[in-house]
Amino acid sequence: MPRARLISLALVLPLLAFVGVTFVAPLASLLSKSAYETRVHDVIPETMSVLDTWDGHGLPPEAAFATIAKELPSARADRTLLRLSGAANRLRPGMRIFIAATAQRVPRAEFAGTWRETLAGIDEGWADPQTWRVIKQAATKFSLRHYLQALDLEQRPDGSIGARPEQERVYMPLLWRTLVVSFFVTLLCFVIGYPIAMLIADSPPRRRNLLLLLVLVPFWTSLLVRTTAWIVLLQRQGVINDVLVSFGLLGDDTRLEMIYNMTGTFVAMTHVLLPFMVLPLYSVMRSIPENQLRASASLGASPMQGFVRVYFPQTLPGVGAGALLVFILSIGYYITPALVGGSSGQLISNMIAYHVQTSLNWGLAAALSSILLAAIIVLYLAFNRLVGIDRMRLG
Amino acid sequence: MGYKPVFFATASGHIGGQPLKHPSTHVEYLGVSKTYDGEQWIVEELELTVQRGEFLTLLGPSGSGKTTCLMMLAGFEAPTRGDIRIAGKSVQGIPADKRGIGVVFQNYALFPHMTVGGNLAFPLEVRGMAESERRARVDKALALVRMSGFEGRLPRALSGGQQQRVAIARALVFEPELVLMDEPLGALDRRLREELQFEIRRIHRELGVTIVYVTHDQQEAMVMSDRVAVFSHGRIEQIASPEVLYEEPARSFVARFIGENNLIKGEVSEVKGGVCTVQVEGGAMTATHLGDLSRGDQTLVAVRPERIQLRPDPGTYANEFTATVEDVTFLGDHLRMRFNLFGQADFIAKLPNIVGHGAVLPDDEVRLGWAALDCRALNFVDI
Repeated sequence: MPRARLISLALVLPLLAFVGVTFVAPLASLLSKSAYETRVHDVIPETMSVLDTWDGHGLPPEAAFATIAKELPSARADRTLLRLSGAANRLRPGMRIFIAATAQRVPRAEFAGTWRETLAGIDEGWADPQTWRVIKQAATKFSLRHYLQALDLEQRPDGSIGARPEQERVYMPLLWRTLVVSFFVTLLCFVIGYPIAMLIADSPPRRRNLLLLLVLVPFWTSLLVRTTAWIVLLQRQGVINDVLVSFGLLGDDTRLEMIYNMTGTFVAMTHVLLPFMVLPLYSVMRSIPENQLRASASLGASPMQGFVRVYFPQTLPGVGAGALLVFILSIGYYITPALVGGSSGQLISNMIAYHVQTSLNWGLAAALSSILLAAIIVLYLAFNRLVGIDRMRLG
Repeated sequence: MGYKPVFFATASGHIGGQPLKHPSTHVEYLGVSKTYDGEQWIVEELELTVQRGEFLTLLGPSGSGKTTCLMMLAGFEAPTRGDIRIAGKSVQGIPADKRGIGVVFQNYALFPHMTVGGNLAFPLEVRGMAESERRARVDKALALVRMSGFEGRLPRALSGGQQQRVAIARALVFEPELVLMDEPLGALDRRLREELQFEIRRIHRELGVTIVYVTHDQQEAMVMSDRVAVFSHGRIEQIASPEVLYEEPARSFVARFIGENNLIKGEVSEVKGGVCTVQVEGGAMTATHLGDLSRGDQTLVAVRPERIQLRPDPGTYANEFTATVEDVTFLGDHLRMRFNLFGQADFIAKLPNIVGHGAVLPDDEVRLGWAALDCRALNFVDI
């Protein structure tokens, strides 16, 4: 390789390494966690290798009973047993105690000729093929169970896949709510942002700089500060309610609930994401020559016709870019809904955060994230098809 | 080219030039002034009349107010003072889209998201014309600019010259009686420019529309126009046919701006009919003048470089002087020579490339001569 190429490669290497460590690797590990997990499998590796050859009908061979009788007590001693019992319990309530009790009693049990008889002697559950199926399912390395759960589906005992009962569906309604909120936030940003961008683009240079600054200063301000400011404004004892009450428009007991619900999420998210709509729009509008509208007027088009048929179509790449940015950012929005959304204003990211930080069900969190990522990729491809990414203009 | 009495118009309001067969006024500027900041006047007290069917060019350097003048007529700018009338009716307060004037812009201003056909159909659609008639009109307009068959193309798939043809067709497709062109050929290279100049002339003759054309290219103005209005600092210096502008510039600005001129300062010592004697630094010159010079006036004497004879037979011309050759530039069909005359080394002569002229060398002393008719004493306005 020529020297110059080597030098340029060396120059980009730090960035590549940085991106690899901070972006590609975590993303890959996250995606793999959603379907491939060895954490539970490694609690009973030998049993699992025996169960690999078991077809799930009837009871597994004697060897499986022998290995699990050996592995459960040692896992108990290693304090890894809870991984298995917890995972199994999620599939079938009661499994946690069942496994823990067996692990405790096996060392002291009297050997009854075969391990199958011995375990059945400890708990009759070991003679039930369903127990084994749950253990195999819980400990298997590769499984789509997190995806099934994230999609509010379940695998029935007979192996078929179907929807969960209505009251147990959590994630799909939440995903749907996230998409609806994102759509309306995008729409609001467009409705508010388009006239602002037009005003800025049409202003003389000095006023233009001032107006751009007004858009950018909030953009540069910490997200947390901006969101907190909305709390000050919108809460029950906040500025807006106080003003309305002092003018007598509201009674002291009928103050508006504008925060810790969906309204709060909408207001704060729209405000925070507005610059992402305004800036691409502004950049596209600036590139439209002034004489386009003059030409349209000289050809007899009224200002409205000129806007609808000449100006607006030429801003579509900016509308597309802004909408795509705002929509994608809102789908994954986390901090703002967490702070001002209350319980009814939570979005899918808040659920992912819950599973990562509180319930420690990383597989499910990964599956939810993957679904979100897939939704964004689909959206991106659709946008590319309709508008063309190369025509997209960012600020 | 001899002296012939003609009228000319200045900003003070003399209207003239070569009359059309059946002149009828189409556009009038009545005392139009324009300022953006209340201090600097872009256009000042403009009086201008455009005849129906005329090709009038507004010519001037950039910043002389010619484009502003056009934009006020199109309705994109409003006059600060004065009135503009089209066909006798004031257009004050009438928005651009209600004036029905075709406009061709310098950078084409085609709509990039519409095909050529869509661009041409646009003015017809906003007028609510039926599809079948639209199609016929679009076809006709494209044929007029020799762009038939390009309906389905997008503007960016066309060359600059093709785009400007489409822009011209679009300004004509709704059959306006008045078409404005704002430096339409400014962005094109020389060959295309000349080709399109010819095309625009042809279209003008075919349709008989009134065209007001803005350019800073004096050659373009000469080639295309019935009359040319020369602009400087927001005022019209002279408005006349190209021939009159060239032969009888009313002011030194026009003499400088149109073609090339040798300008020599002097003082009028004697006036006799259309001829006067001017005392210049190195002697006396005999020149024609336009009638409003009198003894003692300061003047500029203008001599066209191509009117100068080299080594004339003694006594042939009213003006004969000896000059030193500074340099000679060979230009194929003619030689361009620079002389030192009366101590000024900027006297230019264009001499045909014929036997004898090639033998002139720098530092030679040669005799130059020109007729009184080819030498014009101007009203002296120091610019």
